[in-house]
Amino acid sequence: MGKIWKISGPVVIAEDMRGSQVYEVVDVGDERLTGEIIGLERDKAVIQVYEDTVGLKVGEPVTGTGEILMVELGPGLVGNIYDGVQRSLVTMMDDIGDFLVRGVRTDALNRKKKWHFTPTVKVGDALQEGDIIGSVPETGLIEHRIMVPIGTQGTLLEISEGDFTIEETVALLEHDGEKKPLTLMQKWPARKPRIYKQRYNPEDLLVTGTRIIDYLFPLALGGKAAIPGGFGTGKTVTLQQMARWSQTQLNIYVGCGERGNEMADVLHSFKKLKDPATGKLLQEKEIFIANTSNMPVVAREISIFIGITMAEYFRDMGYDVLLVADSTSRWAEAMREIGARLEETPGEEGFPTYLGSRLSAFYERSGRVKSVGSPERMGSATVIGSVSPPGADFSEPVTQATLRIVDVLYSLDVALANKRHFPTINWLQSYSLYTDSVDTWWSKISPDYSDIRNKALITLQHEAELEEIVRLVGPEALPEDDKLVLLAARMIREDFLMQSAYHPVDTYTQPTRAHTMISAIMKFYDLAKEATESGMLVSEIASSKMLPRISRMKDIPNDEFDAYMKKLWSDMDKNPFV
Amino acid sequence: MDSLQLFTRQTKAISTARRSLLVIESIPGIRYSEIVEVLLGTGETRIGQVIEVGKETTVVQVFGGVSEVDLLNSKVKYKGETLKLPVSGDIMGRIFDGSGNPIDGGPPIVADKYLDINGVPANPASRMPPAEFIETGISAIDGLNVLVRGQKLPIFSGSGLPHNKIAAQILRQASLKGKSEEFAIVFGAIGVSYDDAGYFISNLEETGALSRTVAFINTASSPVIERLSTPRLALTAAEYLAWEHDMHVLVILTDITNYCDALRELAAMRGEIPSRRGYPGYMYTDLASLYERAGRISGKEGSVTIIPILTMPDDDITHPIADLTGYITEGQIVLSRSLERKRIYPPIDVFLSLSRMMKEGIGEGNTREDHNNAFMQSYAVYAEGNYLREISTVIGSEALSDRDRLYLSAADRFEEEFISQSEKERRTVEETLGRAWDIFSMLPTEDLKLIQEEYIKKYLPKAPKSGTGEETK
Repeated sequence: MGKIWKISGPVVIAEDMRGSQVYEVVDVGDERLTGEIIGLERDKAVIQVYEDTVGLKVGEPVTGTGEILMVELGPGLVGNIYDGVQRSLVTMMDDIGDFLVRGVRTDALNRKKKWHFTPTVKVGDALQEGDIIGSVPETGLIEHRIMVPIGTQGTLLEISEGDFTIEETVALLEHDGEKKPLTLMQKWPARKPRIYKQRYNPEDLLVTGTRIIDYLFPLALGGKAAIPGGFGTGKTVTLQQMARWSQTQLNIYVGCGERGNEMADVLHSFKKLKDPATGKLLQEKEIFIANTSNMPVVAREISIFIGITMAEYFRDMGYDVLLVADSTSRWAEAMREIGARLEETPGEEGFPTYLGSRLSAFYERSGRVKSVGSPERMGSATVIGSVSPPGADFSEPVTQATLRIVDVLYSLDVALANKRHFPTINWLQSYSLYTDSVDTWWSKISPDYSDIRNKALITLQHEAELEEIVRLVGPEALPEDDKLVLLAARMIREDFLMQSAYHPVDTYTQPTRAHTMISAIMKFYDLAKEATESGMLVSEIASSKMLPRISRMKDIPNDEFDAYMKKLWSDMDKNPFV
Repeated sequence: MDSLQLFTRQTKAISTARRSLLVIESIPGIRYSEIVEVLLGTGETRIGQVIEVGKETTVVQVFGGVSEVDLLNSKVKYKGETLKLPVSGDIMGRIFDGSGNPIDGGPPIVADKYLDINGVPANPASRMPPAEFIETGISAIDGLNVLVRGQKLPIFSGSGLPHNKIAAQILRQASLKGKSEEFAIVFGAIGVSYDDAGYFISNLEETGALSRTVAFINTASSPVIERLSTPRLALTAAEYLAWEHDMHVLVILTDITNYCDALRELAAMRGEIPSRRGYPGYMYTDLASLYERAGRISGKEGSVTIIPILTMPDDDITHPIADLTGYITEGQIVLSRSLERKRIYPPIDVFLSLSRMMKEGIGEGNTREDHNNAFMQSYAVYAEGNYLREISTVIGSEALSDRDRLYLSAADRFEEEFISQSEKERRTVEETLGRAWDIFSMLPTEDLKLIQEEYIKKYLPKAPKSGTGEETK
């Protein structure tokens, strides 16, 4: 046991700490605040403390726990709400009330709750690490597959079906004469990536239900994306939409240094909203990590790693998992603050020089993999991080370091936000490197996907060029074919790309439906092109009754949509410009 | 602050005095962040705070600087406590300085309890999403940038713009729609001029609101360090009233720019590595520790709503103070110098302003069923008119079509009849929406694409009303 030697903000130096290890978790002071050793020098340990250090005194005790920061993995994770160091905020609310006092310990997973375990292996089986031994129905949506922990193997001596707490033995293994009990819970160090058998390129579309994402800038299962945007551009709403509707089996929402009210909004809405595919409450497939901006800074740094460890764990069960992190800038700022306290040589804008490598360490834990163990299974962890560049200036270090790692950029645009065009994903600046790989996926929905996608993008690009001319000469001075480009681009923007997160139908669009919508717009455009060539004026086309019908596509409920489009389509074939 | 008199220990072993810092030989039992008194040889006393404590040396930041500190005679007295505010129900109607001492000539507060001015973060799982509409009586806010209970909505202003008038108008008029219940007001003046502070106080006095107000005033001539404690005292008082006395509290903090400059000044004295424009790298977190104290808690009656006011240096919205604030708060009300030049009060820039909590606070049951539609449509009409204004300055209004000219005059009417109102005018939300509908009625009905048909039937005035001056068809 050591003693506090110096206190400076969240950094505490303790003496008499010989025998400790770097990243070991320690209890600091009489209040037993949680801290982590980040450096050792002779008998002194440099500790970052995950709670407010106000009022600590020199000489107060510091006790090592002998363990590095571990994430508890097992039934009880789904639907739970954690703080940055995996303390259950739900438990804390019940135990200590509405405000977070220091030094409180809570278990991440409920120790008393019984889970029904059904084995899938039998006595005598030779088991390897990662093998699935059975499952627990954790929620209506998640079957929690219990795996042999990494580093453990042996012959199965005992296993039984029944109701167990996460600490009770459900199976017994024997290896080299040594008996090893297995429970429903295992632990994994947060900072260490979990192992897998093989990694594959992402190639299946991650269906998010947001049209501009799924159609123009697709994200693949196991991919990594960044969403930078100035304030007011709707980063959080965009991320929330993805966490809500993405067709993954499990979503993890890490609120890192963001607003408490927004977190409350997310938590409350997930208790009410239903998953479009299964009709079950979204809460049954979601884990929350909430470290709001007024909660201790240091915990922000680890919260992201705790989230990604959970994502990998469910990936290893063979699930497709999505992790959204809002915001990685606050995470980087936490690193900057600790770096400054440690008097490290700063890099750009005071951020630590290891900013880039730490960001990579996080994003690189995404991926589509074949898990260790049998039965053979594929899983994926997709990572989306938001970035909050100061002054919406994307040249700043966090945005730039992030762009070097991710494969998809959703660039949020202040100008679009001021026009109330949501989501504010800028179609000229955003990109996806998965376009080619998910082509196969899309071509099953429709063979002309890539053709229509490209036409739409070209029209939008053309509009941007014409806009500059319009600003000089006015819209009336343009030739008719250019006027038509403006009309078509406007339809693409307003009737397809704009999407309301608050409209019950518009909030989520299935890929087939998205394809039908854009196809209708592009068909109208083709017909209009022919018409202008034979002398029709764009002003006449613009007053066609077909236009408001196309605008209304978005809001037509799913069960009426096919009939609506069929009628629209046949009317368009007959006479589009009445 | 009587509680601070407990456990006093003192030392004379000061080894260094430089900038605002003292390095002192440590004595046992010093707490990190505790408050100290520095007794100068001249008899003067200054307040300081422990910013680093080690086994051998302790570093103290002295508020007011180290001038006249001598290493022989000066003494440091440890108070064993962090800064606390004595509170009781009697704080209502009282005025304090930035250290929490009464300055209204009244007696000191007999405390029910002493609260740490840094507060304790609310458990995110205990928070309730804010959703109750606050009627401010100002159309540009109630119609387009709705404020709800528990929200933090700043006013981004510039020097010379009427942010104080607007804030005072909100204080006078804010109420929950349909209820007579009044807000408790907490006013925190940070480094403002004596006149500005006086303006608010006399305003509250005139309307009789002073009895439900608690004010903390740090004027430009008061110690810089108190600029950091003033908002914390104000928010501690607000939380006390909200969570322990079930009150709905409206907090005005002005001017956050002075707060941030004080933060920068003190950080520079500590020799910290500066971030953007010299402000400390932790300014986001520091500001969040203020703004995040707004909110609602499940199962509690009260609420804390915060309206911070800041003046953007050179009207620059990307300046770190405005920028970081915008990242934390739930929207912003931005004042526009060009509207101010057109003599439009309140000069609220509709395009840059935003309330993130609006969706939750409007519609049937809160305001009126057509509110969201009317909001989107007025926004679209005004945006279209503004775009055409821009174009017509280049190509001339003759080159515009009749339809375009209609939109131009709609934009003018929007500014003159909807945004503009008098300082004493309190509009109900129905009046505000009515004004929007009057403007819609000058446009072709088929242009009102963003409004559902049933609302058009119900709310569109039958005979179009003509606007002020401008002739419309």
